[in-house]
Amino acid sequence: MAAAGTDSPLEQFKIEPLIPIHLGKLDLSFTNSSLVMVVALVLITSLLLVGARPRALVPGRLQSVAELAYEFVANLLSDTIGEEGKRYFPIVFTIFMFVLFGNLIGLVPFSFTFTSHIIVTFALAFSVFIGVTILALARHGLHFARFFVPPGVSPALWPLLIPIEIISYLSRPISLSVRLFANMLAGHTLLKVFAGFVFLLGFAGFFPLAFVVALSGLEFLIAFLQAYVFAILTCLYINDALHLH
Amino acid sequence: MDLAAAKVIGAGLAVIGVLGSGIGIGSIFAAFISAVGRNPAARGDVFTMTMLGFALVEAIALYALVIALVILFG
Repeated sequence: MAAAGTDSPLEQFKIEPLIPIHLGKLDLSFTNSSLVMVVALVLITSLLLVGARPRALVPGRLQSVAELAYEFVANLLSDTIGEEGKRYFPIVFTIFMFVLFGNLIGLVPFSFTFTSHIIVTFALAFSVFIGVTILALARHGLHFARFFVPPGVSPALWPLLIPIEIISYLSRPISLSVRLFANMLAGHTLLKVFAGFVFLLGFAGFFPLAFVVALSGLEFLIAFLQAYVFAILTCLYINDALHLH
Repeated sequence: MDLAAAKVIGAGLAVIGVLGSGIGIGSIFAAFISAVGRNPAARGDVFTMTMLGFALVEAIALYALVIALVILFG
């Protein structure tokens, strides 16, 4: 690490191309972000494959973790959507594990948090939004427009309420992506800033150090919480698409 | 007015928005505590919704922060 005070705390989010791949004007390089995504993928797959191998009725530790992850998302789906939720298990489980491992890998010192880039979180949130809208259109056709009419409201208020409803529906991918992105960005920047103070204060650097330790604990909680919120909001949007239309 | 000065003032004004999130988080956990106080058996279910509510309210604070950063560095 360079001398304190010369690097900005935002340096940690820089994307470095590791294997440059250019197709004409398109930059498809394999970057450090891609590398961490591949690492997350390998970790998730090995957790599930190795965890599910000993098919003990009373699970050992690793099998317990794999079963816990499965049950957590399965319960999430059945609590929000009900019986039909089962068919959406793969997508919600993928999103949950990808975001969770992305957040957690970022907490390893000197590592990279790919969920702290708006393009990554926006890609996930936008895919969810498009998928849910297509699902709603496929299931309800043009009756989908009923969703923007709040139940039990007199038609006199419709010209006011319907644009508001439409705007709040369109803001879903933005809020979903910015929530995750801003949480990760703010958390890691704060960690970096206070870590910088540790050296600057010399002997009194104990206090920023204690704060950094506490903040890292909070960041673990936030990593889990943000993955959970992303997953449960995906389930709620799917539920909206299936039922409240 | 100097552009840099205006940016800093703008960022400072934008961060005032986190006030709403402070009130919101306090409100959520006040509701959680009083719900658990009335019915301690409901703690598990109410806790999950509390965490969801907390994350949603905190997101508002972070939107304000993001706008402040965009003003300051954009």
